[in-house]
Amino acid sequence: MRNRAFLFFSLVMPLSFLFIYAGIFGRGNRQAMPYLLAEVLALTVMGSFWGLSVQLVTFREQGILRRFRVAPISASAMLASSIISNYFLTIPTVVIEFYLSRQVFHMSSMGNLLGVFVLITLGIATFATLGLVIASVTNTMQETQIINQIIWFAFLFLSGVTVPLPILPKLVQKVSYFLPATYLVSGLQQSMVDHAGISELGLDLASMLGCTVIAFLVSTQLFRWEPEAKAPRRAKLWAAAAIVPFLLLGIWENKYQHVLSRSISDYQLIEQSSPPDPKTPAR
Amino acid sequence: MNPAVIEVENLTKRYGDVEALRGVSFSVSEGEVFGLLGPNGAGKTSTVEILEGLRTPDSGRVSVCGLDPQRSGAEFKHEIGAALQSTALPDKMRVHEALDLFGSFYPRRRGTAELLKRFGLEEKRNAFYSQLSGGQKQRLALAMALVNDPRVVFLDEPTAGLDPQVRREIYDIIEELKKERKTILLTTHYIEEAERLCDHVAIVDHGKVIALGTPRELKERSGAVTRITVRMARPETNGAMGTLEGVTECRTEADDYLLYSTRVPRTIVALVKHLEEQNNELVSLEIAAPSLEDIFLELTGRRLRD
Repeated sequence: MRNRAFLFFSLVMPLSFLFIYAGIFGRGNRQAMPYLLAEVLALTVMGSFWGLSVQLVTFREQGILRRFRVAPISASAMLASSIISNYFLTIPTVVIEFYLSRQVFHMSSMGNLLGVFVLITLGIATFATLGLVIASVTNTMQETQIINQIIWFAFLFLSGVTVPLPILPKLVQKVSYFLPATYLVSGLQQSMVDHAGISELGLDLASMLGCTVIAFLVSTQLFRWEPEAKAPRRAKLWAAAAIVPFLLLGIWENKYQHVLSRSISDYQLIEQSSPPDPKTPAR
Repeated sequence: MNPAVIEVENLTKRYGDVEALRGVSFSVSEGEVFGLLGPNGAGKTSTVEILEGLRTPDSGRVSVCGLDPQRSGAEFKHEIGAALQSTALPDKMRVHEALDLFGSFYPRRRGTAELLKRFGLEEKRNAFYSQLSGGQKQRLALAMALVNDPRVVFLDEPTAGLDPQVRREIYDIIEELKKERKTILLTTHYIEEAERLCDHVAIVDHGKVIALGTPRELKERSGAVTRITVRMARPETNGAMGTLEGVTECRTEADDYLLYSTRVPRTIVALVKHLEEQNNELVSLEIAAPSLEDIFLELTGRRLRD
């Protein structure tokens, strides 16, 4: 919280998105708020991806990790502590978003809070560990930023967090099914709009959990303490292992399209509840 | 003699084409301050980082408190403390937070308040790391090295880049540690530091230990001579100064004569007699005992700072 950049990206930006989404896309529609809040929550959670990858690379480049190496602390403890601290720093923003949605935008329903809590918890863990995997395979901040941007753009525009999944082109949807962000957004929308619980979101949660575990193990294995230590060539292959759960889920979804049908159902519900406005084109 | 706490045997280390260590061997007894003295690139930091477990040697054997730094893991790290050549911490970490955090890693630790007081950081307790001066950062690094009350402390260039005043403050701290009978291995390229603090010194150059002993032993063992700087009222051109008793070499530097003598009292007597005979007057006389730098110069033909 002492870091202004962190404050901006972790608090100011997500809250800005809330006001933008609610103000522009919600247009005063209280029924639409749970759906829109789900997207904002997903964006907030996904921020863990950027935060931890940049932090780890920065600490390594500046030689900060080196000093920790002299102490009796393992790589897994270092990584776990960064994930946990990131979690506790993200939760206040989530709470504020719920509060503002209720108080300012008069959100009609709080959704299934237990389902939302589990999704957010697992979501933070998933994206945080994916960020750590990126930091484990890149050698410089520049390289990290480039890879982060590419992946972030995919998350942002192909997962349904900005452009709803139902209105993406079919070909793009096929790609979306392989992205972890797609299941986070869809799961949160299900919990907020349809009050879906843990049992209904089993496959999404299991994939996130699997991804978290694999990504954590991979980033521990590839962890480097020294600024000059370079990632071995096989590191990128190891990193690819982290997305295996979503690879399998993507193949399955391409065949059965459950996430798409859930998304269509939620999207249509919101569209139907929106007051007609001939002056403003539909999203 | 106390038992050896640090043992290094035929250590070698190569970085690409560069042979950083070419068979370094020495041992450090419990409770002593041992110095690795040498110019930049001599192999001092590579040696100490291998002892800290940060680097792996190519060959050779190292033992610290009976443990192998590369294999012993947490058990080894509980026994040592280290102030690295450059310690970096997050900019927004407060001083007391750094000590609290690093102290939390150990089952046995010294109190933060005690360390802040001891290292003169009480007023900076809540300051961010980025707000500290170079000397304060170094004092914090030393405090962190002692947070677990270690048996062995490694100090890699503890006063590099600091001004003389701050350097002396650090020397005072190290001398206090010496009184506590901590085993300290420090690396330095400052002669004064090695001569003032160290019980034993290993002079390192190009990856090898070229001399080893107490500072006194090194000076006595070597052929290093005492330098007598003489300034006279009238300069001489007949070369007689170089023939004075005990003088092995005579050089001129501006208006001064630099006499290198192995028998200082006889040289002084001969000088006085010579001046009387020549009806010349002595303007100034300075006697400088051989230093470790002179020994390094004698052994390598180079100055420590070349």
